[in-house]
Amino acid sequence: MYNAALSAVLALGSGPEYQEENLVKTIAEFRIPYLQVLDPAGRVVADLPEFAKDPEELLRMYRLMVLTRTFDTKAINLQRTGKLGTYASCLGHEAAHVGVGAAMRPEDCFAPMYREYGTQFWRGVKMEHVLLYWGGDERGSDFSGPQHDFPWCVPIATQCLHAAGAALAFKLRNEPRCAVSVIGDGGTSQGDFYEALNLAAVRDLPAVFVVVNNKWAISVPLALQTASKTLAQKAIAAGMPGVQVDGNDVIAVRQTMEEALERARSGHGPTLVEAVTYRLSDHTTADDASRYRDKAEVEDGWKIEPMIRIRKYLMDTGAWSEADEAALKADCAQQVDAAVASYLDTPVQPVEAIFDYMYATLPEAMEEQRETARRFLNSGGHH
Amino acid sequence: MPRITLIEAVTMALAWEMEHDDRVIVLGEDVGVNGGVFRATAGLQQRFGADRVMDTPLAESMISGMAVGMAAQGLRPVAEIQFMGFIYPTVDMMINHAGRLRNRTRGRMHVPMVLRAPFGGGIHAPEHHSESTEAIFAHMPGIRVVVPSSPRRAYGLLLAAIRDPDPVVFLEPKRIYRLQKQEVEDNGEALPLDTCYILREGDDVTIVTWGAMTFETMKAAEELDKEGISAEVIDLATISPMDLDTILESVEKTGRLVIVHEAARTCGVGAEVAAGVAEKGIWDLKAPIVRVTGYDTVMPLFRLEYEYLPSVARIIDGVKKTFED
Repeated sequence: MYNAALSAVLALGSGPEYQEENLVKTIAEFRIPYLQVLDPAGRVVADLPEFAKDPEELLRMYRLMVLTRTFDTKAINLQRTGKLGTYASCLGHEAAHVGVGAAMRPEDCFAPMYREYGTQFWRGVKMEHVLLYWGGDERGSDFSGPQHDFPWCVPIATQCLHAAGAALAFKLRNEPRCAVSVIGDGGTSQGDFYEALNLAAVRDLPAVFVVVNNKWAISVPLALQTASKTLAQKAIAAGMPGVQVDGNDVIAVRQTMEEALERARSGHGPTLVEAVTYRLSDHTTADDASRYRDKAEVEDGWKIEPMIRIRKYLMDTGAWSEADEAALKADCAQQVDAAVASYLDTPVQPVEAIFDYMYATLPEAMEEQRETARRFLNSGGHH
Repeated sequence: MPRITLIEAVTMALAWEMEHDDRVIVLGEDVGVNGGVFRATAGLQQRFGADRVMDTPLAESMISGMAVGMAAQGLRPVAEIQFMGFIYPTVDMMINHAGRLRNRTRGRMHVPMVLRAPFGGGIHAPEHHSESTEAIFAHMPGIRVVVPSSPRRAYGLLLAAIRDPDPVVFLEPKRIYRLQKQEVEDNGEALPLDTCYILREGDDVTIVTWGAMTFETMKAAEELDKEGISAEVIDLATISPMDLDTILESVEKTGRLVIVHEAARTCGVGAEVAAGVAEKGIWDLKAPIVRVTGYDTVMPLFRLEYEYLPSVARIIDGVKKTFED
């Protein structure tokens, strides 16, 4: 009996031939919902959620998306002119990032990877701090905004576990707070991602795991990362819902996140949200994506990018005009310039700072090393 | 005052701290109903509930990563890894996050977690259950590595480790979990970290060791005493950061240094002790430093494990080398 069922599955796979009558019995079935509210042309294709009926609320999101893109362009320029270290661009991710931020509450905890500036700006992180971080100064991660938010996380997908740990802390203390982590499509190949999902579902943790699927993990395309049809379905094995959302649609992202957060906050456990977008930039400024991907693909990416549709929608509904757009761009440029000036004016930390945050109190055994660093200040490198 | 074993002292310290600090959460594999494979958490779930003594899924990176997240959000997680041979998936979390979060955020966040694991050989355990790889963590900045060697020190050092605002890898020498009973007062008094403990005073040679090897070393010291060699035995206790000053003071007095550890020799913690003394106390030495250690081999399966672990005879031989012309 069992062997017959197994043979049937193996023979049929999950393709179109897969039909109930061909099997002995199906004991579980799953669906992956997909949400899009605005299509790439800015047409409303699903019911507008409550927040989206308020033009001011949409404008708040749109303005931050524009600021984020302005910032991103400037940061790349700073790197190209030697005023910033390697920088991870967020070009094309603005809707996914701002949508996540707009759905969260300040008391929620955010565990980012390293390019979710839109989320972080919404939460009060200043542009100066992002620049300090990529400019080689730890003070960037001592950022403004919620002090319980985790800093940028470079070891891929480890932050999923930090978010799960934070969610466990909130649950144990009966605090109505949620933890949100973001990884990319590559991050879903990591064990830590699965381990976090698994534990979060076992413990019904108030967590939302976001995968911003931008189709590329540096040079490795999604097809070499996974054979899964969606990344959202990776939630199924962990025993939690997985949903896919148009990650270029800021309304859909925020709506999905609000629902997932509400679900988590009310004690119904975690959700995996896959936001499908496209990485319009290189992986970082140290990367050259033209080595491994077609120009045509990138051009297609630009056709569905997130700014066009929301701007179109706002203009179509009379909430926005060309004059507003011009004024916003000027304002964003000014804000970014002020942040850059502040970053460039920030003096280097004193050398003792290398030691001063290693432990609550520097162990005696390390005092001599600190003294050495002080004594040989400015003696190293290319002088 | 109860006379208890080292493992019971671990349990007692956990219970004390859970009773007095509701931020303390114990998590790991089989730590709940079962009370841990070595019984370190016996009775804790019954007493403090399943929310504070949590059985986790079987995934060590998860256990350590959760602990980082919990600690960063104000809890005091004490995570158990069942055996040292299974601790390696935690290395990413411990090195990249536990040891760095305070520094990365300029003190905005910190990680007051303890990662407990039984370590060392000598109990005829299966493959991967007997290693001593403390040097991996000792090499890493921002992490304390602490090894108790008696019931009293297990109690006091574990309390200190849980209360420490920074991450501590607390390695319990499982061979001596039940070897010795000591009177330990359950008074919540911690012992200081970052300091050595002098187990035996002596004038002729300093022997530095830690964990289960303190027992072979003390036996060797007694044997040597009969031959007129007076050995000072120092329990390193906090492997990192290391209290070199106590060792230097001792070497200044004795003029000879022998280091004993179970772990493989190359880049073992003994190398750091030796280098520290060579740098700062070489003129006090009357003889070259000697290391008596595990071999640079894979830990053998248990039929040969006592050939790998330093014996009393090997320690005595090592000490005598420092008296050769």
